[in-house]
Amino acid sequence: MFDITASLRQRFAGLRSGAEFFSLRHVQQSDQHLSVRKNVAEPPSLGRDEGAMLTVRVNGVEAYAATADVSQAGLQRALDQAEALARQIARHALLDLSTQAVASGRADYASPNHDKAFPSLRDCYDLLARESASVPSDSRLVNWQASLGLSTIEQIYLNNAGAELRQAQRFVFPGFNVTAYDGQDSQSRTLGRENFGQQGGFDVVERFALNGAGARVAEQALQLLLAPNTPSGVRDLLLMPDQMMLQIHESIGHPLEMDRILGDERNYAGTSFVNASDFGHLQYGSKLLNVTFDPAIPEELASYAHDDDGTPASKQLLIRDGLLVRPLGGALSQFRSGLDGVANSRACSWNRAPIDRMANLNIEPGNQTLEQLIGGIEQGILMRTNRSWSIDDARNKFQFGCEWGQLIENGELKGVVKNPNYRGISSSFWRNLSAVGDASTNQVLGTPNCGKGEPNQVVRVGHASPACVFSQIDVFGGDA
Amino acid sequence: MAATALQHFQALVSDLRDNLRGQEQFTLSYSGEQSQFIRFNHAKVRQAGEVQQAGASLKLIDDGRQASLHMTLSGDGEVDRQRLFEALEQLRQTLPLIPQDPYLQLNDSSWQSHNVQDQPLPDSAQVLQQISDSAGELDLVGIYAAGPISLGFASSHGAFGWHQANSFNFDFSLFHANGEAVKANYAGQTWDPSAFARRMAQARAQLEHLGRPPKALAPGEYRAYLAPAAMDEIIGMLNWGGFSAQSIASKNSPLQRLYGGDSAMSPLVSMTEQVSGSLSPAFSEEGYPRSDLRLIEQGQAREQLTSARSAAEFQRVANGAERYESATALSMAPGELAEADVLKALGTGLYISNLWYLNYSDLPAARMTGLTRFATFWVEDGQIQAPVSTMRFDDSVYSLLGSHLEALTRERELILSTSTYGQRQTSSSHLPGALVARLTLTL
Repeated sequence: MFDITASLRQRFAGLRSGAEFFSLRHVQQSDQHLSVRKNVAEPPSLGRDEGAMLTVRVNGVEAYAATADVSQAGLQRALDQAEALARQIARHALLDLSTQAVASGRADYASPNHDKAFPSLRDCYDLLARESASVPSDSRLVNWQASLGLSTIEQIYLNNAGAELRQAQRFVFPGFNVTAYDGQDSQSRTLGRENFGQQGGFDVVERFALNGAGARVAEQALQLLLAPNTPSGVRDLLLMPDQMMLQIHESIGHPLEMDRILGDERNYAGTSFVNASDFGHLQYGSKLLNVTFDPAIPEELASYAHDDDGTPASKQLLIRDGLLVRPLGGALSQFRSGLDGVANSRACSWNRAPIDRMANLNIEPGNQTLEQLIGGIEQGILMRTNRSWSIDDARNKFQFGCEWGQLIENGELKGVVKNPNYRGISSSFWRNLSAVGDASTNQVLGTPNCGKGEPNQVVRVGHASPACVFSQIDVFGGDA
Repeated sequence: MAATALQHFQALVSDLRDNLRGQEQFTLSYSGEQSQFIRFNHAKVRQAGEVQQAGASLKLIDDGRQASLHMTLSGDGEVDRQRLFEALEQLRQTLPLIPQDPYLQLNDSSWQSHNVQDQPLPDSAQVLQQISDSAGELDLVGIYAAGPISLGFASSHGAFGWHQANSFNFDFSLFHANGEAVKANYAGQTWDPSAFARRMAQARAQLEHLGRPPKALAPGEYRAYLAPAAMDEIIGMLNWGGFSAQSIASKNSPLQRLYGGDSAMSPLVSMTEQVSGSLSPAFSEEGYPRSDLRLIEQGQAREQLTSARSAAEFQRVANGAERYESATALSMAPGELAEADVLKALGTGLYISNLWYLNYSDLPAARMTGLTRFATFWVEDGQIQAPVSTMRFDDSVYSLLGSHLEALTRERELILSTSTYGQRQTSSSHLPGALVARLTLTL
């Protein structure tokens, strides 16, 4: 681990610059993606990546250059390019960062079980093949796939203020999905992939319960195929954690990103219905809503000790008893806005600059078991597993769809329904939060696919949530 | 740059050929860029940087097995030669660990392709100055991306392709003080200051319409005109598995009913994957030459995008589609409606410049939802009346491009991808606007 440290220190020490501040962020990554589709092993896809980003500040103006040439000459060339660019853009620059503090910490961080070997490629294929083979023979089951993604990343951040921050992370993404088809309609049931990923080793696969998933998921896909459409109307809505994560992500996470509020993302990812003046004043949700930025849950995807600008990370309440108190804004956004934020300045790799991102954004558990949540609903619907997401550029009007629906009548779970969709408006939706599940309903989930930024970046984000109930939501089904 | 990157790739291919053993076969694909990115907010530079990156994907085939490894290249000949050999060795050790692949299919032809479009790139200092001068007091936000993109392919059967294009793409929005905005884009290979000035003037003129008090619309059904950029969102959504042979076979395609013959679009709708003349390379990452493909003709399904793997699995012919089987140069045939007559033909309804964040409400039914974004106007009797605040639609493509499609415009817009996920993309679309008799707004 961190084998390149001594050599990188030496190269960094050899860099020469006229800038008042400069930093180097070096990233090494290896990837492995395996899958078995309909009992046929797909060719393994492997990856190795290495590069560095050099950032400079010249007279308060910052610029960067990213290069895959990490030799002494390559780093110096990139540093010179960044410096020249900072001087070129100086008279057009939006920000004067002359007085912004820079990082100076020294620390190491590693994912849980990082030191434990992961099973061999052959063992992984055997596991995937077993689960694929456990899908029962049924002509309606037209497609199924078991997959396992693995990424190992080491990042070292150095700057001329003395910071040295190292992090070694391993991310695991198990997945299983089945599609059933009856000649007209098709229905898919999915575990993992876009909504389950964690840091760690093989323990992640064990928590995911990939063993035995095949037959169970196939049975659920067939149930959906036979199920009636979700009825249209207003109902109480019980969202399970694998839909809650999407709900949190789109209608709390993105609107609270400070760079959106400051306008940086207006041309692409969008803006926010939240204003800077709302912090400390806006009742975002009901009194039951407590939302945290929490980088200290070891297995969650975006746990770390420092963000990619070198700011130390700690747990912070963003929404307390429904009141909006703090944005998702890193050191730069805090400098620009004057608001307290969190350590969420993140980059997807060495070739992109850090910007405000979600990291681990969680809802704190309440005090009701799942049985109590269901028991408290007179006419409602349970939805699980996101399959469709759409929200406006201010992150307000949304429509989300799930794979699995189950009606609730007079406090009891009833029949399965297909194509469950619901729509609402963020600024009022969270005020309808009427019950929050306890820790027994809580799950630590996350996605590898959060896109944002110009140039575009995809990062991993974590979301832990209990099951939650929302009262009187507009629910509807599909055409089929 | 062109000679250097090409020579670098040629040297790697040569090293690889010299070090194969026994019956081993390989494919090696290359992608690289040298890009400058300048982000704007409030017409000032918010963030600027340069990215130099290149990578190669090595696929090793032996004894009916295949595995691939993507490696970043440093640009240094000796370092990259070493990385290539390490990758080769890792793949040699991997192949015995995996079963034989029944869907392994290689193209054994030794095709050659060479396309270099190396017009000089604009001077970024001058571009920056013109953007700054022309924006003036406007609230401009967006990104300027420019530089060469290189793509290469070689195989042990002797195929060799090289594609390089220098290009720039300035993707921006102008915001009114009331929060409404106009989206605009100026992209190409040669920066023409007068053409850019015209584009900026056009956007500025549109911005003035947005200053009127907005009209609030209730959910319901409306006549609507979808400008090419809005159509690009709908077609882009369909392209998410719609034409893919694997998605169609596995019943995960939004167009499975079209390809199954159970549904049809309007006879006005014809779409092709128009590789020739586009910015996309004439070869796939899998090593197949790409030719133009008719995907939909007069509302009926025709060809599917078929990768080598799908060809083997579903007994089809590989036609140059990439692994994910998405169109990269989708062209939709024009109609008869003159752009100048759009407002008159619309009469009373919505003029929608852009759509945003589409997804499926019901995928097998090709029913999708999404939102208006940027300049959307309420039109009465052919006259623009007021901007319309963000509204959500929810409709099937078989309605929008089927039973309720009235006309397509005679003029089309070439839309170059602004995507920079991973690296700058070369995909494009060439689309008309569409006049539809019914668009269902839900929220």
